[in-house]
Amino acid sequence: MKPMLEVQGVGKKFRIRHEAQPYLSLRESLGGLFKKSRTNGEDFWALRDVSFNVQPGDSLGIIGRNGAGKSTLLKILSKITPPTQGRVIGRGRIASLLEVGTGFHPELTGRENIYLNGSILGMKKREIDRRFDEIVAFAGTERFLDTPLKHYSSGMQLRLAFAVAAFLEPEILIIDEVLAVGDAEFQKKCIGKMEDVSRSGRTILFVSHNMAAVESLCRSAVLLREGKVAEMGPSHSITRSYLSDPAAKSSNGPDQQFTTNHKEAQITRLEFLSDGAPSAVLFMGNDLEVRAHFRSGLPSESFMLGIVVRDSAGAPLLFFNNRNYGVSFGSKSPGSGIITLQIPQLNLMPGFYSVDVYLASLSKDLDVKRECFSFQVVYKAFEGAGEPLREDFNRVFYKNVLWKMDYNE
Amino acid sequence: MADSSDYYFEVKPKNAFSLNFKELIEYRELFYFFTWRDIKVKYRQTVLGFLWAILQPILLMLIFTFFLGRALQVPSDGMTYPVFVFSGLMLWLLFSSGIANAGNSMVSNAQIIKKIYFPRLIIPLSSILVAVFDFAMTVIVFIPVLLFFRASVTIAEAIWCWPLGLALSILASFGPGCLLAALNVKYRDFRYVIPFLVQVLLFVTPVIYPMSIVPGKWLPYLVAINPMYAAITIFRLPFTEIAPDFTLVMISIVSGLVLLVAGLGYFRKTESYFADLA
Repeated sequence: MKPMLEVQGVGKKFRIRHEAQPYLSLRESLGGLFKKSRTNGEDFWALRDVSFNVQPGDSLGIIGRNGAGKSTLLKILSKITPPTQGRVIGRGRIASLLEVGTGFHPELTGRENIYLNGSILGMKKREIDRRFDEIVAFAGTERFLDTPLKHYSSGMQLRLAFAVAAFLEPEILIIDEVLAVGDAEFQKKCIGKMEDVSRSGRTILFVSHNMAAVESLCRSAVLLREGKVAEMGPSHSITRSYLSDPAAKSSNGPDQQFTTNHKEAQITRLEFLSDGAPSAVLFMGNDLEVRAHFRSGLPSESFMLGIVVRDSAGAPLLFFNNRNYGVSFGSKSPGSGIITLQIPQLNLMPGFYSVDVYLASLSKDLDVKRECFSFQVVYKAFEGAGEPLREDFNRVFYKNVLWKMDYNE
Repeated sequence: MADSSDYYFEVKPKNAFSLNFKELIEYRELFYFFTWRDIKVKYRQTVLGFLWAILQPILLMLIFTFFLGRALQVPSDGMTYPVFVFSGLMLWLLFSSGIANAGNSMVSNAQIIKKIYFPRLIIPLSSILVAVFDFAMTVIVFIPVLLFFRASVTIAEAIWCWPLGLALSILASFGPGCLLAALNVKYRDFRYVIPFLVQVLLFVTPVIYPMSIVPGKWLPYLVAINPMYAAITIFRLPFTEIAPDFTLVMISIVSGLVLLVAGLGYFRKTESYFADLA
């Protein structure tokens, strides 16, 4: 089978101009006629020699730090801007979602915007007619269909925008971080929709900073570094190597370092491990280990470590404090060390969660890292289970329960 | 899954020049939706709505009739002056608002251009179609104006002259419209050039005066380079017995075609970089 998308030696060169405006003024151009050299800029390769193939039905994540060339690559694949070198061959109807709600107009009604946006995204009017009720239901904006968009809340606009996009049916779908917006409930709906798309055998290219989303959506991934393909392979190993890249130790990741500024005591580094490896994606029932590196000017008996796990709406679900467990860290003199909390079989249902970590003395907080880590729990059926767990009925779950039937004939 | 071979595509460094009509036809619905959006948005917030499209030529007709027709006694090729000026203004407004809309269209749609691919030509062309829609509105008052001033119309000529005049005006708008749209993306100076250009062009186009009063031996030839000259002259044929100078009309038509090719050519040549510049 021929690849759905062949990227062959693609490169894109930009001329960096040392002025603020990317466009020219006529005066400059006219001036340029009389000057011989036009060297008020330097060349910059945003992408260089990028090659990969995507097979039909495959889902490929594109990851990399800011400025690694992800957006440029997406723009070339979506035909928005031509490459300077190389070529891309596609064998299917392609649609790209670099933004949700492209072309939305505030003066037009919800209904009108559905048609306009759908058409901009490449849907035929007939397709929109056919899917119209589903789009409206997905967005949940039935009552406001004939209200101008400017009266919608931003959340409603976003839902409407995503709903239109969700019903695109191209063979190749290119998605850029559109999931980074919207409330958690809606994000979940979107991820679900994208999983459907991927399951239906269509090809997805997904660019994101959210390693959890990349791992759960994509089979394989490409890691871009300074415009070149640094690594390519199964998504879980590529996301790991991205996260273990010291330069990627940014906020919200599973391994974070903090600069020192508190005097009494502080958290210097936090590690979040799932089954032994740093990860932002856990399968249901995975072990979670939190390692808090600290430095303290206080004797160890006078402080405690607290860890709060919050759901995607920010409501606390779990609270761990060493004092609640009757654990104290002895009476060591001031110094540094690591406090480890192991949670065997995290019984959380699939979804997005965040973690707060704090270090406190008996009377006050010493160092608080609020929502310092976000992770996703991904669905995994119990061994031998005939039916998946109902997500609408379970907020948490128990894996090891005992079923028994006493039967009398 | 549809047969993939239907959708084979290749993205390469800058395509060779081609108009790619096939692709334009593929995207005809988007064409329709852009035009539809612009028309809706244009009139949605106004109290008088579509009446604006009609009021403008009527008011201009009254002003020009009073000052030029009555006060200055400008001749009008054997037509009643109001009919002469109204018929000219109908096409002139189509042309002037067409190129002004088109000239700003790429910049005002920059957000969409940066995020989605479609044949860029749709943007200036659909904004010219908005002007064609306004023209259609003025046709509604054109008939009463003709009746009111008891204009004599040669129906046999009107049948082919009016559509031809309209078609020539649309073609005349496409070239400069696309050229200005592309130039405006690259050089934002054109934002200021466009309104001025439109104003100047009105005075060098035989809209409010006939070609017959243009003095000198060569000046009429120069004026005829204006592509709107042919369109307006042909549109007015059914009202007059005076035949226009065939050479001048041909010059104007050829000039319109040259501008069309140059405008579309320049647009196509630069369009792939719009997303980087916009």
